[in-house]
Amino acid sequence: MINRIKIGAGSCGLAAGADEIIEIFKSIAPDQKLVEVGCIGHCYAEPLIEVETDNGSIFYGNIEPKEESVKNILALGKEGRFVPDESRTSKELLKVTKLAGKINPIDIEEYENNGGYSALKKAFENTRAQIVEEVKKSGLRGRGGAGFPTGLKWSFLAAQTSEDKYLICNADEGDPGAFMDRSMMESVPHQVLEGMLIGAYATGATEIFIYCRAEYPLAIKNLGIAAKQIAEKGYDIVDGRKIEITIKEGAGAFVCGEETAMINSLEGKRGTPRFRPPFPTDSGFKGKPSLINNVETFANIALVIREGGEVYARTGTEGSKGTKLFALAGDIKNPGLVEVPMGITIGEIVYDIGGAEKGSVKAVQIGGPSGGCIPADKFDISVDYDSLKSLGAIMGSGGLIAVGKNRCMVETARYFLDFTAKESCGKCTFCRVGTKRMLETLEKITKGKGTLKDVEFLEDIGPKIIKGSLCALGGSAPNPVISTLRFFKNEYLEHVLEGKCSALQCNALVELKIIPEKCIKCKLCIRSCPVNAISDDFIVDNDLCTRCNSCIEVCPKNAVERVPAGGAK
Amino acid sequence: MKTVTEIIGKMNKDSSYIIRALQAVQQEEGYVSDKAISAIATHFDVSEAEIEGVLSFYAQFKRTKPGKYVVAVCDGTACHIKGASLIENWVVDELGIKDGETDENGTFSLELVACLGCCSLAPVISVNGKVYGKLNRKELIKILKKYQKGEIQ
Repeated sequence: MINRIKIGAGSCGLAAGADEIIEIFKSIAPDQKLVEVGCIGHCYAEPLIEVETDNGSIFYGNIEPKEESVKNILALGKEGRFVPDESRTSKELLKVTKLAGKINPIDIEEYENNGGYSALKKAFENTRAQIVEEVKKSGLRGRGGAGFPTGLKWSFLAAQTSEDKYLICNADEGDPGAFMDRSMMESVPHQVLEGMLIGAYATGATEIFIYCRAEYPLAIKNLGIAAKQIAEKGYDIVDGRKIEITIKEGAGAFVCGEETAMINSLEGKRGTPRFRPPFPTDSGFKGKPSLINNVETFANIALVIREGGEVYARTGTEGSKGTKLFALAGDIKNPGLVEVPMGITIGEIVYDIGGAEKGSVKAVQIGGPSGGCIPADKFDISVDYDSLKSLGAIMGSGGLIAVGKNRCMVETARYFLDFTAKESCGKCTFCRVGTKRMLETLEKITKGKGTLKDVEFLEDIGPKIIKGSLCALGGSAPNPVISTLRFFKNEYLEHVLEGKCSALQCNALVELKIIPEKCIKCKLCIRSCPVNAISDDFIVDNDLCTRCNSCIEVCPKNAVERVPAGGAK
Repeated sequence: MKTVTEIIGKMNKDSSYIIRALQAVQQEEGYVSDKAISAIATHFDVSEAEIEGVLSFYAQFKRTKPGKYVVAVCDGTACHIKGASLIENWVVDELGIKDGETDENGTFSLELVACLGCCSLAPVISVNGKVYGKLNRKELIKILKKYQKGEIQ
């Protein structure tokens, strides 16, 4: 007997085709109870459906948008059932994401029936100081990147006596390759808001702001609905005061993830950072004391209060408590949103959870454009704030990208510098000009025109940019270059000394060749070439060729190959 | 279509609403025109230069009218690793426009964006907000052709 059917309809579920499947359900089984839930975490298996029956749940993954597949699900057919790998489930620890993808995101009662808002009620039974103390005891550190102790930050705002105090949620997830915060806001918006209301109580904040990327329309929508439901239930009455919840949309500037830049942006100005002190808890939004925490941090708060700081702190390592969400993507079999206990190793995440084959990944990039790479031979490192720092990487917000064997690390570093150079707000000379110079130098190297002097220049300028920049954007922008230079200097040297890119990724150092023994002369390559670089006798003119890979993509026999420069003849 | 004054007329006049006003105008008109800047400046009682300064800071705002279909090629880390630059090249070849450009008929605009947040489906593009994932050349061309022929509106 089917009780109800849940379909993963977060942004990536929808992108994978969940909306088409919903339409089919509505047309052939209009009476069937169908709930659109958020992210179930197994993004690689989207579109994903959970069927709740009297005898437990059955999952179906990678569902084709066809009537047959929907009928198969309605009949509880054996076909297409999805069972996550044991190697993944045994390593994961679902605490913060326990309800994500399990409950209807915009049904406050379902959230309440699953323990929702019990932490807020419990908080009200304690004094404000006790709550701050509990958060301190939990050892929770900011999940936005820098890892500042959350309880300590809260105590700063609680100590302020100003009449207006603001609590701000940083939901400007700008790190390209990270989607933890989006998933949480889409899937369990009430959990994020419950954490914020507890924060407002503990710190005496009078108003709540959520600064969310405009690129996350579903997150904004769900948060808005949740905020309305909160007002209807009266959960926003804290200490007899009504707490206003305002959702502000960011406008596409990475630097606004920086506290002081975000405050400027909230005030309707250009989002440039300013010198600290004064810290926002002394002078923030409109000059009033303000506290900024990230989405994931707030999502942890209800957990801390419900189970108590001491119990919470039992998970994790000495200096890093609890669990961490990672947006796992790149060259692995099973990308998705994962939640793991602090102290797990990178190897366990990449191989056991991500399902990457041993030897297929040469590094991970952790912390996005502000982070660093960790080479495969160091994958036994523990994932916690301090161990990662010792390797020149950072926890960051949680983007974790696996870099496969066939990727060039110089090109990867160039990509990140291209991003930060564009996103530098221009206030500090070292960041504005420095990142640009670094980018130009990296471009020179990937184009095969670099020299040893360029590599030395990169080594020299990186630490100077870090020193000469006001905020964390410039202060971390050189990290991808510094860390690839530390672990993959051989790749830089190979580019500048031998004119070679052994990953065959840097176009200027690569030629295309059609292998005559494999070619069946079907002419698909000739027809697909946008610059007519392939002759009638199947020879590639590498002077004309733009290395767009069109021919490689269309060739049914894999007869077109990328070879080192000079190798096509 | 609503006029700029109609769009922002009832909005709070506190300057912290400037970005929201710009977003509201762009949502309605697709871009922020000179006329809109002037109206917003009057509404908030600040100079036009100040409005221009704010909008030029943020990547979201456009000063020229976009095409009917805005093709956004995601160049986030996961998509980049999975070949976003190839996707970009193929779109450029197919539509004949580069990043930031709109074609002559006003049908397509192309923009390169930092991350659409669908990393597990990389590489992805979006057309007017609808995301297409796990692309290869064939799939990509098929999708673009559907828009060109008007099979998808």
